[in-house]
Amino acid sequence: MKISVDTEKCCGAGQCVLVAPEIFDQDEDGIVILLDPAPPTICVTPSRTPWPSALRM
Amino acid sequence: MDKSQTLAPLPAEPPPGCPFSPPQEYAGLRIEHPVSRVSLPDGSWAWLLTRYADIRGALSDPRFSSDVNAPGFPRSGMVTAGEGSSLIRTDPPEHGRRRRMLTRPFTVKSVSALRPRIQQITDQLCDGLEEQKGKEGPEGSVDLVRSLALPLPSLVISLLLGVPYEDRDLFQSITATVLSRVNTEEERTTARKELRAYLDHLVADKEGNPGDDILSELVHERMREGQLTREEVTGTATLLLIAGHETTANMIGLGALTLIRNPRAADELREDPSLMPGAVEELLRFHSITRSGPRRAATADVEVGGQLIKAGEGIVCAVASANRDPEQFPDGDTFDIRRRNAQHHIAFGYGVHQCLGQSLARAELEISLNTLLARFPELRLAVEFEDVPFRRDMLVYGCHELPVTW
Repeated sequence: MKISVDTEKCCGAGQCVLVAPEIFDQDEDGIVILLDPAPPTICVTPSRTPWPSALRM
Repeated sequence: MDKSQTLAPLPAEPPPGCPFSPPQEYAGLRIEHPVSRVSLPDGSWAWLLTRYADIRGALSDPRFSSDVNAPGFPRSGMVTAGEGSSLIRTDPPEHGRRRRMLTRPFTVKSVSALRPRIQQITDQLCDGLEEQKGKEGPEGSVDLVRSLALPLPSLVISLLLGVPYEDRDLFQSITATVLSRVNTEEERTTARKELRAYLDHLVADKEGNPGDDILSELVHERMREGQLTREEVTGTATLLLIAGHETTANMIGLGALTLIRNPRAADELREDPSLMPGAVEELLRFHSITRSGPRRAATADVEVGGQLIKAGEGIVCAVASANRDPEQFPDGDTFDIRRRNAQHHIAFGYGVHQCLGQSLARAELEISLNTLLARFPELRLAVEFEDVPFRRDMLVYGCHELPVTW
């Protein structure tokens, strides 16, 4: 799986960090930091998950 | 055409005898008319959205505006006075610019760092509960709303805003009056003015004596640079206070009551506090306390759930209905602390306006409920469940009072 983030769209709510802290972090202003753009496994079903609109998989 | 004559009003009341349920009209609407016209108190009308997928779609669609001054915005029955230019009523791109000035203290990391302080405040308030009950005698009861649910978020937000320690009691007493039903409208109006005056004074104080808090940062990094006016700084402080206070307080009260009513869940959580984050998500989903919105105005023709919504028409998103939608949450009327997808609820909203303080709210709920379970294992209602006064008449659902004993 490949993940990219659009920091312009990120609203800094931190939902991604909560769901997958090994993949996402926040900078000091709350904006998403992508730690791993190609995680080996994923334990959530993307179609059923409310990914923030700033994320593209 | 005046359509309001024949339209059903916006559902508001929980079904009789079921204070934990959202209005019973929702279940039928989700199947029969997921996007339906409803009348609002002033005789105007709006589209009511009741399905999870439709609401998420609308709340992340930039063609819907949050600006109360946008044509067709359904203002009726909302408290909109004084928040015309506030963050929650601002559309992108201005919204993003202003929101980013505030995100730093609310990141997952910042809130984690704040947890020991939240625990400390909770412990002190729980000491107070014990003292109060001791005074009342063994049969005495304590109001959990007044003694824990309201003061905890008030003390936490005063910490973040940088309210000096010696002003905490004053600050807390003013905010309690603003939000209480016990006080008259006149008393509340006076308290609102006092709060505004207090926050003005606090902003002025931060100019000379900056601290490590949100207000100091806004004053020194934003106001001085001309990015925000003094009025906007005070307005932001008011918004953070109101938004972070009433909602969290009501969730703490409802959370405690739900665990009292579900002793098996309470036992499981007491034995394994690692279940608490999931239980908090389920509580947020199950209660969905924001009962008047979110609301938006269409700025273009948009199709939602097969219904055309024209530019200049308003929508009301029934979050409490979305969070019980069986398409998303099977058996959604059951409270289940192990529900696998509880965290997909939209109790904090969805899209760019979703709750800025959600990490903080989660931390306050987890800490307060864990502490109550550990310190008061015999916690029970001091009145009959039927006699608990629920906030049926308020925009944010919850209990007015929660008399408990142990």
